[in-house]
Amino acid sequence: MRARSAGRSLGAGGRRMADAVLFEFLHTEMVAELWAHDPDPGPGVHREQRHTRVPTATCSASASCPPGCGALCVRKGQNMSLSVLEGMGFRVGQALGERLSRETLAYREELDILKFLCKDLWMAVFQKQMDSLRTNHQGTYVLQDNSFPLLIRMASGLQYLEEAPKFLAFTCGLLRGTLCTLGVKSLVTASVAALPACKFQVVIQKS
Amino acid sequence: MSRPTHRRPEYRKINKDLFVLTYGALVAQLCKDYEKDEDVNKYLDKMGYGIGTRLVEDFLARSCVGRCHSYSEITDIIAQVAFKMYLGITPSVTCNNSSRNEFSLILDKNPLVEFVEELPAGRSSLCYCNLLCGIIRGALEMVHLAADVTFLQDRLKGDSVTEIGITFLKKPEEKKYRRKK
Repeated sequence: MRARSAGRSLGAGGRRMADAVLFEFLHTEMVAELWAHDPDPGPGVHREQRHTRVPTATCSASASCPPGCGALCVRKGQNMSLSVLEGMGFRVGQALGERLSRETLAYREELDILKFLCKDLWMAVFQKQMDSLRTNHQGTYVLQDNSFPLLIRMASGLQYLEEAPKFLAFTCGLLRGTLCTLGVKSLVTASVAALPACKFQVVIQKS
Repeated sequence: MSRPTHRRPEYRKINKDLFVLTYGALVAQLCKDYEKDEDVNKYLDKMGYGIGTRLVEDFLARSCVGRCHSYSEITDIIAQVAFKMYLGITPSVTCNNSSRNEFSLILDKNPLVEFVEELPAGRSSLCYCNLLCGIIRGALEMVHLAADVTFLQDRLKGDSVTEIGITFLKKPEEKKYRRKK
């Protein structure tokens, strides 16, 4: 029997169930700690266009970089911690993909798979559906969430815009990992124009 | 256009899995970053501490626990209310000493290790669930209680049970400062 609790879920906009909160707290701590490994990101990165990308080259821990690495290392450091978070999300996405009900694996149409992400995966993970899905029907999809749960607690509007990408890296990996298990190779990036709304861009990679 | 949002049972399970899987990925990443088990353990404890300091507010807002009058009451609440609320398990509580400030939580089931069969090779001193110790310690500190929280026994290390030890520490005497007028 559940202990008496004052905050049961009140529906789509209401308080999250207690056990869902644990993931949010863990995610926030991961972003704080894994980011702290590396120095501040370099200047000149435009907010609206800041994407979390998987870099093709990874730098080993910044402590072991040779002296004089300097600015290059700063940028690598930023990419590295984003890719660390993204990589963890990927692993989790793969595992979650395996746990989803069997019938989803029968989806063949790419669009159906993306719709599945927007409805079922998002519902399971964030207790809400994605707000919109757009595509150019040529392998690029834009998934928009107008109140992304991992950004909601931060701020609304333009405050902390610089910080937002760190909070999206894990989820980009999550999407990429789930797609991978469903047989789709992809590149997932995210962008934020104003908190807590964000867009995930999924580009299908043809092998 | 609001569609009724019902929670299918499998979504609930996936949501629980999400935390457990993410935790597993975190431990794996830390094992990559740190060679020594003690360092990973320390880091997990530190992260847990950060989470605990914030989780306690969420807990107090959700539960209606009143003021506690003894360490024993507090430990009972941790086991029967907090663990139940967040992890869905209820560890049993034992008191380990006569001065009643050392307690143990015995975890019969541990959702965090649901997908872990054994510790990774070469990681025999890893306290896989050390995040929990940090969380408890951080939460207690936020309500002005200092405590040492460690794993006394761990099934993953071959022990028969998983046991978390909580030792409440005496509050340091507050120094009284005299102001010079």
